[in-house]
Amino acid sequence: MAVMSYLGAIGAAQREAMEADERVVIIGEDVEANVYGTTGAGKSRKDKGDFLEMFGSNRIRNTPISEEVIVGAAAGAAMTGLRPIVDLSYSSFLYMAMDQFVNQVAKNRYMFGGQASMPVVFRSAMFYGLNTGAHHSDRPYPMFMNVPGLKIMVPASPSDAKGLLRTAVDLDDPVLTFEACPLWGLKEEVSEEEYRIPFGVGRVAREGSDVTIVAISSAVPESVAAAEALQAEGISAEVIDPRTLVPLDVDLILGSVARTGRLVVADPAHRTCGAAAEISAIVAEEAFDSLRAPIVRVATPDTQIPFSPALEKQLYPSRDGIAAAVRRVLGARPLIDAGV
Amino acid sequence: MNMPDKNFYSNRGEMALDRETLLQMQRRMLRIRHFDERASKMVKRGQIPGTVHTSIGQEAQVVGACMALGDGDYMSGNHRSHGHPIGKGSPLGPLMAELVGKGTGVCGGKGGSLHLADFAVGSLGESGIVGSSIPIATGAALSAKVLGNGRVSLAFFGDGAANQGCLYEAMNLAGSWDLPVIFLCENNQYALSTPAHTVTSGVIAERAAGFGIAGVRVEDGQDVLAVYDATRTAVERARRGEGPTLIEVVTYRFHEHSEGLRLGTDYRDAAEKEAWLERDPIVLFRQHLVADGVATDAELDALEAEVIAEVDEAVAFTDASPFPDPSVAFADLYTEPTPLRVAATLRGAS
Ligand SMILES: Cc1ncc(C[n+]2csc(CCOP(=O)(O)OP(=O)(O)O)c2C)c(N)n1
Ligand SMILES: [Mg+2]
Repeated sequence: MAVMSYLGAIGAAQREAMEADERVVIIGEDVEANVYGTTGAGKSRKDKGDFLEMFGSNRIRNTPISEEVIVGAAAGAAMTGLRPIVDLSYSSFLYMAMDQFVNQVAKNRYMFGGQASMPVVFRSAMFYGLNTGAHHSDRPYPMFMNVPGLKIMVPASPSDAKGLLRTAVDLDDPVLTFEACPLWGLKEEVSEEEYRIPFGVGRVAREGSDVTIVAISSAVPESVAAAEALQAEGISAEVIDPRTLVPLDVDLILGSVARTGRLVVADPAHRTCGAAAEISAIVAEEAFDSLRAPIVRVATPDTQIPFSPALEKQLYPSRDGIAAAVRRVLGARPLIDAGV
Repeated sequence: MNMPDKNFYSNRGEMALDRETLLQMQRRMLRIRHFDERASKMVKRGQIPGTVHTSIGQEAQVVGACMALGDGDYMSGNHRSHGHPIGKGSPLGPLMAELVGKGTGVCGGKGGSLHLADFAVGSLGESGIVGSSIPIATGAALSAKVLGNGRVSLAFFGDGAANQGCLYEAMNLAGSWDLPVIFLCENNQYALSTPAHTVTSGVIAERAAGFGIAGVRVEDGQDVLAVYDATRTAVERARRGEGPTLIEVVTYRFHEHSEGLRLGTDYRDAAEKEAWLERDPIVLFRQHLVADGVATDAELDALEAEVIAEVDEAVAFTDASPFPDPSVAFADLYTEPTPLRVAATLRGAS
């Protein structure tokens, strides 16, 4: 075990993957100089050198700023024997490559009747909450949830980031990983051994019995903090982190709601057609009978992200907002009393 | 490939070719012609659903390029899609079955005419999105380079696609990394109804210079040997590690943009069309083969009869094949079957 930051854990997973399989390559803007801190071996470059030194320029490649061909070429390389990890830096840049993601990466295996394998991982960081303004603050994972053929992970802790990324590199399907910058500073004990966390298996971040909070990405620590605050009020909240959105651990969510009868979904993406909307719809469709109160979503309102700290901070799911939502679902009159 | 037969050389191209290769070129051009003519008829009879674009008239451009590639080399293509896998040696039966949507289709009925792929011959897929497969071929060249397996990759695309930004991102990346990729522009002078010269600034092949990569224009794309020579030179350059080439081949499509398409305007000049129809690549190459003593008329008639029989067989195979089971719609999205809740809902409802 070692204390690792969120970014350090991602770097450790990349290093393990590079060491384990020669077919793994890392391509992206500024990966050679380890600008984002995930392509270096140790804490400092002097320490153990960086990936460029360790693995050489054939397998660590700086790309031009050409997201469309970066994504498409990674797909073509994956279809022909490589297992690329693509560092797209900011999630907002994924739009530059939308055609390649939607029409090639997601469709090729299906369209060609299973002939193509697509072992490629697209990493990107969601720079929200850091006053970077509307062009760098996007949380676009719901758009990609709408594209069958992609797998999507949203790790919320260093150990999940490491274990999920190892699985992602092993998978023969394309994976998009959305890394939340508000989580970058998180530190915890992480195993230095190789381990993998399966996709489609959520994690109960905190057990509880009165209400289920399904939390995505940076909303996970906020939800845990909310649950701790609510404990003092005698409210027992369960926090579930699905960890992967595609595939989604529906059974874990339904099982929890069956026990608690109440659901709050905390999701930093926009409200309309967000991950929270999908999770709410699934629960409404499949566990309506268990619900004792309407579902409440805590998501980012459907506005663009403003620059000023005075404006931005209020927009994302916070511990206070999540706690207020929990109080609301608990205060609602049970449906059974309403004669439904 | 067999040992070259010293008695038979192409006297057109710079590269000496044995008789077998020359006849294989004619065979593959004929396969494309008869396959596409049959497909065209089947569209008119309602036997092929959806949209079909033929390569009739462009066979030399397709086959000349494909034959310059080795069996292990990669290729991506576009909506004018049948010629590419046929040119690379894909058997006709599963291709025809795919056009009809049969379960024995090369993509199991999930691709159709626009999205043929036959990985067995290095065909990584045609693309219904204009220009979109160019990065894919570029990536196949990246894997060849990183793995050091000596393979090369070729992207087929049209003059219309030559104005997509991804081509220039790809040329820049391939040039920077010396990737073994050939960008082959099939300039049939029109993108649907739009004359290339009205929307294309400068000469496509000359754009290569801006990226510091080799560029070549094959003025007579109806000459299979001219296309072969240009592509072969590019393939050899790529295999030597000297990077990509942009090849622009000037050609002409003999049919309408897509089968069954009826446009109110005559966007192609009648005299122009007439002149190009005179330059049928299959007729031209046949004349060349006979004049050079590579084959007799009787031998070439027999070759064509074989190809027609092959197409008949492909259609018979298609007719005898079942449509895929509806459950196939839910297969192959991921490598392992992922439980789709919608699929479960549909099954429950039925
Ligand atoms: C991105 C995109 N834009 C537009 C279309 C519609 N479309 C299909 S084929 C075509 C013309 C393509 O021309 P060209 O690339 O020259 O190929 P050709 O048909 O002449 O072989 C158009 C506009 C498309 N399929 N994809
Ligand atoms: Mg054209």
